[in-house]
Amino acid sequence: MWDYSEKVKEHFYNPKNAGAAENANATGEVGSLSCGDALRLTLKVDPDTEIILDAGFQTFGCGSAIASSSALTEIIKGMTLDQALEVSNQDIADFLDGLPPEKMHCSVMGREALQAAVADYRGEVWSDDHEEGALICKCFAIDEVMIEDTIRANSLTTVEEVTNYTKAGGGCSACHEGIENVLTRVMAESGQAFVAGGVGSAIAAKSKATPVAATPAAAAPVEAAPKTDIKRISTIMRVLEAVRPRLQADGGDCELMDIDGNTIYVNLTGACMGCQMASMTLGGIQQQLIEELGEFVRLVQVEKKADKLVGIGG
Amino acid sequence: MNDIYLDNNATTMVSPEVLEEMLPFFCEQFGNPSSLHNFGNKVGFALKKARQQVQTLLGAEHDSEIVFTSCGTESDSTAILSALRAQPERKEIITTVVEHPAVLTLCEYLETEGYTVHKLEVDSKGRLDLDKYASLLSDNVAVVSVMWANNESGTIFPVEKMADMAHEAGIMFHTDAVQAVGKLPINLQESNIHMLSVSGHKLHAPKGIGVLYLKRGTRFRPLLRGGHQERGRRAGTENAAAIVGLGKACELAMQHMAFENTTVKAMRDRLEAGILAAVPYSFATGDVDNRLPNTASIAFEYIEGEAILLLMNKVGIAASSGSACTSGSLEPSHVMRAMGIPYTAAHGTVRFSFSRYNTMEEVERVIAEVPEIVAKLRKLSPYWEGDGPAENPEQAFAPVYA
Repeated sequence: MWDYSEKVKEHFYNPKNAGAAENANATGEVGSLSCGDALRLTLKVDPDTEIILDAGFQTFGCGSAIASSSALTEIIKGMTLDQALEVSNQDIADFLDGLPPEKMHCSVMGREALQAAVADYRGEVWSDDHEEGALICKCFAIDEVMIEDTIRANSLTTVEEVTNYTKAGGGCSACHEGIENVLTRVMAESGQAFVAGGVGSAIAAKSKATPVAATPAAAAPVEAAPKTDIKRISTIMRVLEAVRPRLQADGGDCELMDIDGNTIYVNLTGACMGCQMASMTLGGIQQQLIEELGEFVRLVQVEKKADKLVGIGG
Repeated sequence: MNDIYLDNNATTMVSPEVLEEMLPFFCEQFGNPSSLHNFGNKVGFALKKARQQVQTLLGAEHDSEIVFTSCGTESDSTAILSALRAQPERKEIITTVVEHPAVLTLCEYLETEGYTVHKLEVDSKGRLDLDKYASLLSDNVAVVSVMWANNESGTIFPVEKMADMAHEAGIMFHTDAVQAVGKLPINLQESNIHMLSVSGHKLHAPKGIGVLYLKRGTRFRPLLRGGHQERGRRAGTENAAAIVGLGKACELAMQHMAFENTTVKAMRDRLEAGILAAVPYSFATGDVDNRLPNTASIAFEYIEGEAILLLMNKVGIAASSGSACTSGSLEPSHVMRAMGIPYTAAHGTVRFSFSRYNTMEEVERVIAEVPEIVAKLRKLSPYWEGDGPAENPEQAFAPVYA
């Protein structure tokens, strides 16, 4: 059974704005019948102010599809069309206190129905630029089509590169076989052969020191990472400092513990620890670091325990 | 009121009698059956008894034809991979499009290793075409693997006849019988089935125990090598308590075989008739005249299965669905699609599967609850208007493909 939030259950059991909106003057119909989710969104828009006076939904779909539809209508009622177009699928998911990764596409469907309805009102033709494939990476909800497109567009050849560009495979690493299969298939299109990286890219990156190694926490990052230069460290510290206020607002924090080659050890504390979103948070920070540094780095969570660093996964 | 469990094709409750039989093998009779001393010796005798209990239920000629494994999936993999390794010159496999993923996913992987996999298709009732099957039998085929009964629709395949045909052509025949064992009478000594998979938790034994039946004389290559356990055919210390439990479960299944095919079947029939009478635009899937006595698969048109399950769960009814969303995949059940059931119905299929622990009173409660749940979801459906489907539902609602 899915781990649905109370908010998702509430909006599924007692959906708001079910049925077509009365005197609607905008309709958006999106979805895929083969994958079992389809949504018709109807809006009543004030022609003078472009404010959404009423919204209604009819959904063929699972619990989270119905809850996402209900949430969408609640969010956009009272907004202008331009304000409504700013609503992202993440806003819908956040409104519901999160969705399981396999179900994020339900929130995407809600946003697309909204775009289609606004286009309908404005007399434009809305074309869907989003194609969905089988979910490969469950940690970051990345599907096959996105991985394929990214490999083609950037001529990627390794799992590490795919992680670098899409985040797929940057979490638990269980999907690396799946990513290798996609690489093999896509590279074959251009006559290339995928060459697997021995034991595995993540293992190679960790070979110098594993998170379980008893490195004293007191040791200064500089000493533990002889190869890193001052500029690189200051960039890393700047990125981490920038995300800390947001974490602290949620009762958590993120502390830099060590840098070893392209592996950066941090200590996520407080409300962040053990939180379901911890891996998402780590992934997000890692992505920012990759972008700022212009190189591939891995962010590894370590727990401060006595005078040792104890890895809890990476 | 107690919750109602109608998901016995997924897994079953461990029978209290089975649990009682198992308990001494944790803290008292914990010895390794391979050991010489008394601690081990007694366990060895208990395993011998369990092996005979399984042998009796399967109608096997020898108790040495019973190989204990960890689960049905291990038995399936062992059987298919053994057939390939024992006959390296044969590069083809025959199976069906409606097999359990334990077989299908393995076969898809083997395709990437260079094997050719023939998947027999089914008709709208889920039945196979035996002429087509006959045309595929050749010296290139290493193994035929066809399930005895389908886990979703309950449809029974003529595996004994298919085994005869394979045997005649000199081809190994394996059947995944995890849904059939305990529900249908089986007499393997009279059949040409060479290998058969059993899963303990489908018949009131615990999870984590399975059996591979291996007809004497069938060429075999173990999946796990390392020890002399199971006569060297499945190395690894025996899961003694679970094996003892499975033995007891097989004995109980034997005693309840008639009950399963009369009383349990009557509950299934009443549920199906009651729901189909009360819910418009619903139908039973599969070969309804030739299926497991405990399984009903009902398609509710224009709504989605996971939503049905969640609302049923809210009122304490447990069942399962072939919808894409239930499993997190992008396609509805491959079994429903193989039978050509349209998407608007395939996503709304719900499987009710019984055991001997269900009651007729539970059946009546489910019949009373389901129509309201279906009506509630249809009210939300873009394919539905008022009391029936929209006119030309596929045209009335044609979403932009996403």
